[in-house]
Amino acid sequence: MKSLGSTRRTFAPWADPDAKPFIRFENVSKRFGDFAAVDNLSLDIYEREFFALLGASGCGKTTLLRMLGGFERPTSGRILLDGQNMLGIPPHRRPVNMMFQSYALFPHMTVEGNIAFGLKQEGMPKAEIAERVQRMLKLVKLESFAKRKPHQLSGGQRQRVALARSLAKRPKVLLLDEPLGALDKKLREETQFELVDLQYELGLTFMVVTHDQEEAMTMADRIAVMDKGQVEQVAPPQEIYEAPASRFVADFVGSINMFEGTLIREAGGPQLKDRSGLAFDIADSGDASPGETAWLAVRPEKVRISRERPEVQNAIDGEVWDIAYFGDMTVYNVRLDDGRVVKASTINSLRRLEDALTWHDRAWISFSADAGVVLTR
Amino acid sequence: MAGTWGRFNVVALVLGFAFLYLPIVLLIIFSFNESRLVTVWAGFSTRWYGEMLNNRGLLDAAWVTARVAFLSATVATVLGTMAAVALTRYVRFRGRLLFSGMVFAPLVMPEVITGLSLLLLFVAIGFDRGFATVTLAHITFSMCFVAVVVQSRLISFDESLEEAAMDLGATPAKAFFQVTLPVIMPAVIAGWMLAFTLSLDDLVIASFTSGPGATTLPMKIYSQVRLGVTPEINAVCTILIGIVAIGVIITSLVNKRREVLRRREEATP
Repeated sequence: MKSLGSTRRTFAPWADPDAKPFIRFENVSKRFGDFAAVDNLSLDIYEREFFALLGASGCGKTTLLRMLGGFERPTSGRILLDGQNMLGIPPHRRPVNMMFQSYALFPHMTVEGNIAFGLKQEGMPKAEIAERVQRMLKLVKLESFAKRKPHQLSGGQRQRVALARSLAKRPKVLLLDEPLGALDKKLREETQFELVDLQYELGLTFMVVTHDQEEAMTMADRIAVMDKGQVEQVAPPQEIYEAPASRFVADFVGSINMFEGTLIREAGGPQLKDRSGLAFDIADSGDASPGETAWLAVRPEKVRISRERPEVQNAIDGEVWDIAYFGDMTVYNVRLDDGRVVKASTINSLRRLEDALTWHDRAWISFSADAGVVLTR
Repeated sequence: MAGTWGRFNVVALVLGFAFLYLPIVLLIIFSFNESRLVTVWAGFSTRWYGEMLNNRGLLDAAWVTARVAFLSATVATVLGTMAAVALTRYVRFRGRLLFSGMVFAPLVMPEVITGLSLLLLFVAIGFDRGFATVTLAHITFSMCFVAVVVQSRLISFDESLEEAAMDLGATPAKAFFQVTLPVIMPAVIAGWMLAFTLSLDDLVIASFTSGPGATTLPMKIYSQVRLGVTPEINAVCTILIGIVAIGVIITSLVNKRREVLRRREEATP
């Protein structure tokens, strides 16, 4: 998870009703023929925020980013940046810069030339350009590669050149389209933290598009989960994970067990009665009202698995159907007698476990009343 | 298998090359012939090259051809590149298919028809035939070749390069000249070479569209040959072959280098 410094922890302008949004999408739609890539979407992003657009490919997240960059024109709606309407302003006159998914480094220029390109367009004096380029090279730790051409660099180095180039002009907002998509896993994890540190040090607003939920969770202050051109939920990572707003979000971010049923109100508190007659105690019924169809969503790590029946209301027995061992944790797929499969994950805090559960063992899965979230959509 | 040359392969290769190059080799050999008779070898001599240099008519024609080829290739490269950019970039404009069909139709159009229709046009608008009309005609038929060559390069061009340039503050025109054009330059040069060579050896269209004082070298050679082939013509042709060969070699070297660079770029994503 993100290294939350003390200043960082209190950063929550979205919770402040007086805070002025820095980037504002107002009822923005983008249609390509009959297809609505972005569908009547409204979104506020605040200054210095690290904002992530998360979604599967084709959900409209890149289109949204490109509209802010000026490469696509909204079919309807407005985009405001620092209070200024961006409609009709071409890319080269927008105070935003973009880091492209393919990096789009100019192959005929050196690393230096690439970084200096934007500054030259501004007509900045030569000496100043040289100094700025040096500073950018130092920032991304590529001082000794200044004279190289892009094809002489590794993937990670190219990514850093692209980053330096897009930061060189000190944009108000940096747009990043799958910035780590082309890197291998190890490098990606390192770079995630580098990006967060950089964004914090420079005090910039970052808007990043990603399909990788871990990446979004690690880096972003807030995440917008997108589906079919619309925003499903905008919230900080922890809220997205622990309090998803819909089944789509719950399912898209992390893995989930979903129980469909009807909400009933008992003397002991609300319960969710599912179709096979099981009744689960729930601590908070959310937006659901009694008699309504609702879904109880429980994360696998909040489900306990044991041989004996535990002393809680929410317990079901079944058969261990599959075991996935990840080293740090193990995920058990338990098949209930009606055929449904429930996932339960356990942290492997002990190196060896006597009497460990194995395939086809009978086992109980259980969770507390406040482990799950009740969803109505 | 590499390295093992079957007898059949060798024979096929020799025959194939003989078929292609024997006439040219003969022509080159006989350009160094001492004798005035084209088909009788009478010893080595560079005499005809000297004679050629004293032939005012031939030299004038060569100079006309060089100017026409240079000018028409240059203009055709500009127009052809613009057409290629329009065709690849603005994918969705109305009538694109018709436009691209019309740009590429001259590729397969019989030269006689192109020449004749141009002649009719020039006559109709009262344009005096001469240097300008030949040049215009050559631009017309060679620009589609340039468009084809440049378009094939543009198809694999990553458009986000141009977007990145604009994102960094370059106007669309600057983005094109500072980023797109340098990247596709090898293809543009190859297109120019092609247009230059096409203009250099065109006889049919030049015959239709040329006028007094603008006789091109192929026209001159053709008219002289009708009076009988002289070793002098062989010498001129040898020099032409030399120029074309150098052009082809440079083009293929440039293309090869471009391929190597591109493959290297793609190999390390």
